[in-house]
Amino acid sequence: MKAAVIIFPGSNRDGDVAQALVQAGASVTKVWHADSSLPAGTDLAVLPGGFSYGDYLRCGAIAARAPVMDAVRSHAAAGRLVLGICNGFQILCESGLLPGVLMRNAGLNFICRRQFLRVERNDTAFTRRYAQGQAIDVAIAHGEGNFVADERTLAQIEGDGRVAFRYADRAGAVTPQANPNGSLNNIAGVYSEKFNVLGLMPHPENLIDDLVGGTDGRGLFESLLAA
Amino acid sequence: MTAAEHTAPQKTTAHAPGHAPRARVTVTLKNGVLDPQGKAIEGALASLGIAGIAGVRQGKVFDIALAGADPEHARALLGEACEKLLANTVIENYSIELLDA
Repeated sequence: MKAAVIIFPGSNRDGDVAQALVQAGASVTKVWHADSSLPAGTDLAVLPGGFSYGDYLRCGAIAARAPVMDAVRSHAAAGRLVLGICNGFQILCESGLLPGVLMRNAGLNFICRRQFLRVERNDTAFTRRYAQGQAIDVAIAHGEGNFVADERTLAQIEGDGRVAFRYADRAGAVTPQANPNGSLNNIAGVYSEKFNVLGLMPHPENLIDDLVGGTDGRGLFESLLAA
Repeated sequence: MTAAEHTAPQKTTAHAPGHAPRARVTVTLKNGVLDPQGKAIEGALASLGIAGIAGVRQGKVFDIALAGADPEHARALLGEACEKLLANTVIENYSIELLDA
């Protein structure tokens, strides 16, 4: 699998996600935001975490209008895979590739800690190495991760089964107490209509080595490689 | 602030030749969208003892210098700027005001 990790001014998790992809067996190219195309044969485009453009205007708003995003839109429209993590999720929402928007955390604090997620389905390119309903232990680090969508959009996302992950407790129970940031329906990640674009706030790429506390994040990258 | 400063006419420091027309774009959250920042500001105002405030919603103001003077064209391009970048119409409304066209 050929993965392209796109770097915007202010991206800072590009190295982490590249490492996770390489560990799973992908070949990784880094692509600059001002480029107008992805490398030929790219299977997966990745928008990494960070603070693109210093979160100016709205998180992800300026990166979403970068030249390379037209190439990412065409890549997605052709049914190829796109993964956005944290700021990458914000960019995907701002670019219209995913519905909704990530607003300031309900508690106003920047939250940086471990967090369990419930895997909602395991029949997608991103989750086939997980079990449905499995609770995975990953990390969150964001100030604007509060997923909001209007009622109709939310009903559509839920009705289509497009929620990828929900904030949960260690047993996989989705409760208000397990919701760190106020996201509607505890939503931590969503898919596009065709399930080839995934955006999520948490960082699976940071839990891929026992040395740093866990390996529950590996499943996502291994799923992609099995695609 | 002194009284003199308070009542001084609002002048920009340097007038460009030809006096570029300006616009003000205001972006506000739609009704019903939760605004944690506005809530925090509301709480801070209450803690300062400023009574009589029933609610605060935070928005953004953009002061924009225009390169041309045609108001119809200005409205059209500012509308495009709002739709494409300045506002996220999922959660925000915008209004456009031409100041001295």
